[in-house]
Amino acid sequence: FLVGLGQGWGCVRGLLIDYTGTEPSSPCNKCLNVSWDSTPPCTCTINFTLEHAFESNVFMYYGLSNFYQNHRRYVKSRDDSQLNGDNSSLLNPSKECEPYRTNEDKPIAPCGAIANSMFNDTLELYRIDNDTRTPITLIKKGIAWWTDKNVKFRNPTGDGNNLTALFQGTTKPVNWPKPVYMLDSEPDNNGFINEDFIVWMRTAALPTFRKLYRLIERKNNFQPTLQAGKYSLDIAYNYPVHSFDGRKRMILSTISWMGGKNPFLGIAYITVGSICFFLGVVLLFIHHKYGNRNTSADIPN
Amino acid sequence: MPEQSCSPCGSAASLALSQCPLSPQYTLWNFLPKNLFEQFRRIANFYFLIIFLVQVIVDTPTSPVTSGLPLFFVITVTAIKQGYEDWLRHRADNEVNKSNVFVVENAKQVRKESEKIKVGDIVEVKADETFPCDLIFLASSSTDGTCYVTTASLDGESNFKTHYAVRDTTVLCTDEAIDTLTATIECEQPQPDLYKFVGRIIIYGSNQEPVARSLGPENLLLKGATLKNTKKIYGVAVYTGMETKMALNYQGKSQKRSAVEKSINAFLIVYLCILLGKATVCTTLKYVWQSNPFNDEPWYNEKTKKERDTFKVLRMFTDFLSFMVLFNFIIPVSMYVTVEMQKFLGSFFISWDKEMYDEEIQEGALVNTSDLNEELGQVEYVFTDKTGTLTENSMEFIECCIDGHKYKDCMAEVDGFSQPDGPLKYYGKAEKSREELFLRALCLCHTVQIKEADQVDGLVAHPERKYTYISSSPDEIALVKGAEKYGFTFLGLENNFMKIRNQKNETEMYQLLHVLNFDPVRRRMSVIVRTSTGKLLLFCKGADSSIFPRVQQEEIQQTKVHVDRNAMDGYRTLCVAFKELTEKEYDRIDRQLNEAKMALQDREEKMAKVFDDTEADMHLIGATAVEDRLQEQLAETIEALHAAGMKVWVLTGDKMETAKSTCYACRLFQTSTELLELTARTVGEGDRKEDRLHELLLEYHKKLIQDLPKTRAGLKRSWTLSQEYGLIIDGSTLSLILNPSQDCGSSNYKSIFLQICLKCTAVLCCRMAPLQKAQIVRMVKNTKGSPITLSIGDGANDVSMILEAHVGIGIKGKEGRQASRNSDYAVPKFKHLRKLLLAHGHLYYVRIAHLVQYFFYKNLCFILPQFLYQFFCGFSQQPLYDAAYLTMYNICFTSLPILAYSLLEQHISIDTLTSDPQLYMKVSDNAMLQWRPFLYWTFLGAFEGLVFFFGVYFLFQNSSLEDNGKVFGNWTFGTIVFTVLVFTVTLKLALDTRFWTWMNHFVIWGSLAFYVFFSFFWGGVIWPFLKQQRMYFVFAHMLTSVSTWLAIILLIFISLFPEILLIVLKNIKEKNHQAGPFDLPVLVSYKRIENGYVKAEDAVTNLAERYPLRIP
Repeated sequence: FLVGLGQGWGCVRGLLIDYTGTEPSSPCNKCLNVSWDSTPPCTCTINFTLEHAFESNVFMYYGLSNFYQNHRRYVKSRDDSQLNGDNSSLLNPSKECEPYRTNEDKPIAPCGAIANSMFNDTLELYRIDNDTRTPITLIKKGIAWWTDKNVKFRNPTGDGNNLTALFQGTTKPVNWPKPVYMLDSEPDNNGFINEDFIVWMRTAALPTFRKLYRLIERKNNFQPTLQAGKYSLDIAYNYPVHSFDGRKRMILSTISWMGGKNPFLGIAYITVGSICFFLGVVLLFIHHKYGNRNTSADIPN
Repeated sequence: MPEQSCSPCGSAASLALSQCPLSPQYTLWNFLPKNLFEQFRRIANFYFLIIFLVQVIVDTPTSPVTSGLPLFFVITVTAIKQGYEDWLRHRADNEVNKSNVFVVENAKQVRKESEKIKVGDIVEVKADETFPCDLIFLASSSTDGTCYVTTASLDGESNFKTHYAVRDTTVLCTDEAIDTLTATIECEQPQPDLYKFVGRIIIYGSNQEPVARSLGPENLLLKGATLKNTKKIYGVAVYTGMETKMALNYQGKSQKRSAVEKSINAFLIVYLCILLGKATVCTTLKYVWQSNPFNDEPWYNEKTKKERDTFKVLRMFTDFLSFMVLFNFIIPVSMYVTVEMQKFLGSFFISWDKEMYDEEIQEGALVNTSDLNEELGQVEYVFTDKTGTLTENSMEFIECCIDGHKYKDCMAEVDGFSQPDGPLKYYGKAEKSREELFLRALCLCHTVQIKEADQVDGLVAHPERKYTYISSSPDEIALVKGAEKYGFTFLGLENNFMKIRNQKNETEMYQLLHVLNFDPVRRRMSVIVRTSTGKLLLFCKGADSSIFPRVQQEEIQQTKVHVDRNAMDGYRTLCVAFKELTEKEYDRIDRQLNEAKMALQDREEKMAKVFDDTEADMHLIGATAVEDRLQEQLAETIEALHAAGMKVWVLTGDKMETAKSTCYACRLFQTSTELLELTARTVGEGDRKEDRLHELLLEYHKKLIQDLPKTRAGLKRSWTLSQEYGLIIDGSTLSLILNPSQDCGSSNYKSIFLQICLKCTAVLCCRMAPLQKAQIVRMVKNTKGSPITLSIGDGANDVSMILEAHVGIGIKGKEGRQASRNSDYAVPKFKHLRKLLLAHGHLYYVRIAHLVQYFFYKNLCFILPQFLYQFFCGFSQQPLYDAAYLTMYNICFTSLPILAYSLLEQHISIDTLTSDPQLYMKVSDNAMLQWRPFLYWTFLGAFEGLVFFFGVYFLFQNSSLEDNGKVFGNWTFGTIVFTVLVFTVTLKLALDTRFWTWMNHFVIWGSLAFYVFFSFFWGGVIWPFLKQQRMYFVFAHMLTSVSTWLAIILLIFISLFPEILLIVLKNIKEKNHQAGPFDLPVLVSYKRIENGYVKAEDAVTNLAERYPLRIP
């Protein structure tokens, strides 16, 4: 079992690229002090090499650190009934959303600090093969919980399916460049049910966290998902983290049946297992010894 | 209304009072406000109310519901309990108060509800009805103006008592006649003593002078008593409602608090400090952390305008309050209600105990208060009454002596050779006339009544006889039966004539003129009778000490020898004396007696004086010896108590010799015990007695305190070597010690005496007045370390000590019910004390101690992760758990298993506990609620809290735990911690449970199942009333992740690992222990052999010595 467990996280491949750009040598250093409304976005490219191929499906995460998504003021700053498509909440968001409730007397949709601070860097991955950049297909659907996507988050209902009309009377969150109904071109991934948005809205437990960004599926059985070799990561750098000493990362990882790479469980199980084994041996020894004494003590009686 | 003016002095207010003897506190209307007010007066409830209000007012991390709901739950449960108890009272009341009685108004009978009776109403009561209030007896259907009453429900005495109507009103025995009566009644203030009443009735006749008559207890019919053998009576109400003697006696129920509660409060303070500490630490760190501006207000998380505008000090204060609210669950809101429920339900186990059920009286143990269950496991001193408690109080006539000649029944001598009416075996013979006089005296000098056999309930019935004797004192029955054995049979009392069948089968008649009733001060009683020949005789019987000074001195010597020897044998002795009265003397006595009876003031003293004068210059005829059999299994019980480390003190009103022999018989004193006497005999009489006492005290003190260490230092310590001491003290010496007449030098008697007492294994206090018994108990109770005391007794004279001790136990004996009514627990027999203390007390203590520790523990490891989480969320008071979990944790998920545990747990089986008294010492001195076990539990809780939090923290280093790469958020984090928490604390309890019943299984696994079910349900629906759908499918998603499963199992295992390890080690140790030499040669005393190795043979002999054959 322990071996299986070890394999569980042992065969998980992972790659982590910090692209915050605090070091002057980093290609993204130029973007360090971007603000929300810089147009066109500051872009930078980071090249990296995969030593080993990623055989199975690859999951692409973005990671932030020193970002307190679990701050109380932040966690409660949302209106779930608005996100659930409730029309009255759409136009009259909950007080919890303050100070991101209204802007210029118009209700914000989606309101609140969480939505307002949605991660908006764009990450693109290219395989560099003899100086040709082959874009790698990043799937942006299937990254959120099914129940969130299909039950908890709903677009407002009304006549027709035109989201622009449905969000009439609301305004975009202050920090967003585009309103919520323009998050994606596909209608089933637009508005409140945009999966990037849904993923962001599930607040992280700790100040250093990662969130699923894209999926890279294995195309066929003959080729690994990501071959070993050179790659480049194109970043549209919009999200400022330098002001609060934060870091940004891009993480590529495969997943075993146990989930992502997580050394803790393996180490813990091995430690506890060996302690138990050791104690068991010691106790068995003691038991054996005393068991002997027990019988010998019985004889005089 | 006729001209019936009635002015009970000082009780005018009683007219307005309604009749509610058991005083329900609430009505339907005031129940809610009054009950709430009462409940919030409790400091804990008030604290939670404050927390609740803070949550309502201040913007706090958790909604007011989280603390409001548990508080509401607690308040509701308590209110239901109190309401139920009150309803019971109401129901009991209604039975009494709404019952219909007939009141005579305007010569007609009017039906009234009994609660509407006013002072001054004339009430008619028929046979076998209960008196609705305290009545002055005016007239009865029998012409002589008497009625028979049984007060079984008041004091348990089932004999018929004769009450007398006021002499001038006896003729008014119809509705019309009674209506013509005009009278004023004056009576004393209501007082609870059932046997005391002083009053005066002034009757205004139509044409003559008003007549004043005195009223005494014999004229008063008490509420609660039942009319017997009399068709109907008329009486005028004098005390109603709360002023009846019955109601006054029901008041003053003991408000004893147990030591466990004090420990709880101490722990609470510790936890309150932890809470305050946590809140302070968090607030401070928050502002340190926030001093960095990008921590205080990063761009993604701006403050509202209001937050910016509030003053910093105010903000800090609200932050502090918020942290308090966040962590307030550390003080277990539901602990009080669980403790209360545990006590309430737990007390049923005592009353249900079949082993404590007594076939003879058809009753089991009775629990009057459930607050003291665990105190039974902490007893250090047992104070016991002798008569009726150690002995059975079922008297048997053994022998008598007449003029120094011993008469003993031959049946007792010839074994198995039964001759029912065989001749007496004479040891020398007294004159025939003296013999007959003695037997007549026995037949006449008593207050025994005859009861027809078909009405017999529970008392000794002879199949061949058609009647049985009943009396308030079992001695008298024994004496009458004794006389019967010698040929003189008491046939009963008819119209003031006592009928006796003598040896020649002739019936003799004696007119009963006066009965000078028994009282414990005089310790004697007398009757004055007129024989058929017209001779006036006074017969007196009483304790030797009270008779001897009143008879001719030359007669004493012969009898005294017998009396002393009988007392040595443990018999109760009574001396019988008589005197002949001349008509003139009688007239004087008669007049004096009536005068004294009429007196309104100081009647007691006047009566006592008349009695004293009358019972003088008598002639001693002889003495009787009555055996009071020891209670069954008495010696075993006492030994068990000793072995359990308790010290048994006997406090009795009896004579020293009798008491001493009982103590030997019940093995309280061993043959090896060295007795230290502080009695009238050793101290002596006269002026020098204080000096002598001083010397004795010092001598004993030296012997015990200074010499004892030397013996202890001896190499081989064994019980045969170390001397045991027993102390005997009598009432007069005790009062000398406690209330020294000189103020100089003698004030430290008390402390010396106390030191001596505490060194003795057994103390016998004889000749004690009831108040002295209480004094002794109080003295021991207030010594250093305040040991837990227990008093056990059966009579009214034990009530004071029962009330004084920490735990009062009443024996449902033959001396009435006063003791058991005032006690905290009542048991049928003394032997039941063994199980009550060793098994029930021990178990209750262990249970409640475990309950308390567990409660603090489970809330510590509940809140600690929440505290740690603050370090990772910027001290923002973000709760780790969902509000529903915060609320339900103590109410639903973890409350029932511990309740079931605390009701059912038997960590050691009851049989083992009763058979091995030494186990009792393991829990003595509040051992399980000392700081060490408390710290152990606290560290355990802290350890587990750390494991929960950091385990999940490390797990969340990579929060994509699902096999599809999806990510968990903060609510999943909390839910994992919470799941581990619920499982760990429940399984911890399962590990602690040694005694599994289906109930334990049901609540433990049921709670866990309920938790899982609830979590699914709570996360499965979008709740319209919730502002945020935080938990939506969080639990279900959590369970789809294999890593989470593994982590949960691992963390539960790690948390329980120390516990499991401890159990394994203990098992090994026990095995090792068993392999060792014989461990338990339990001795008669509680001291143990400490030098270890005893061979098996020795152990067997020790065991044999431990349970020697009882000397009957």
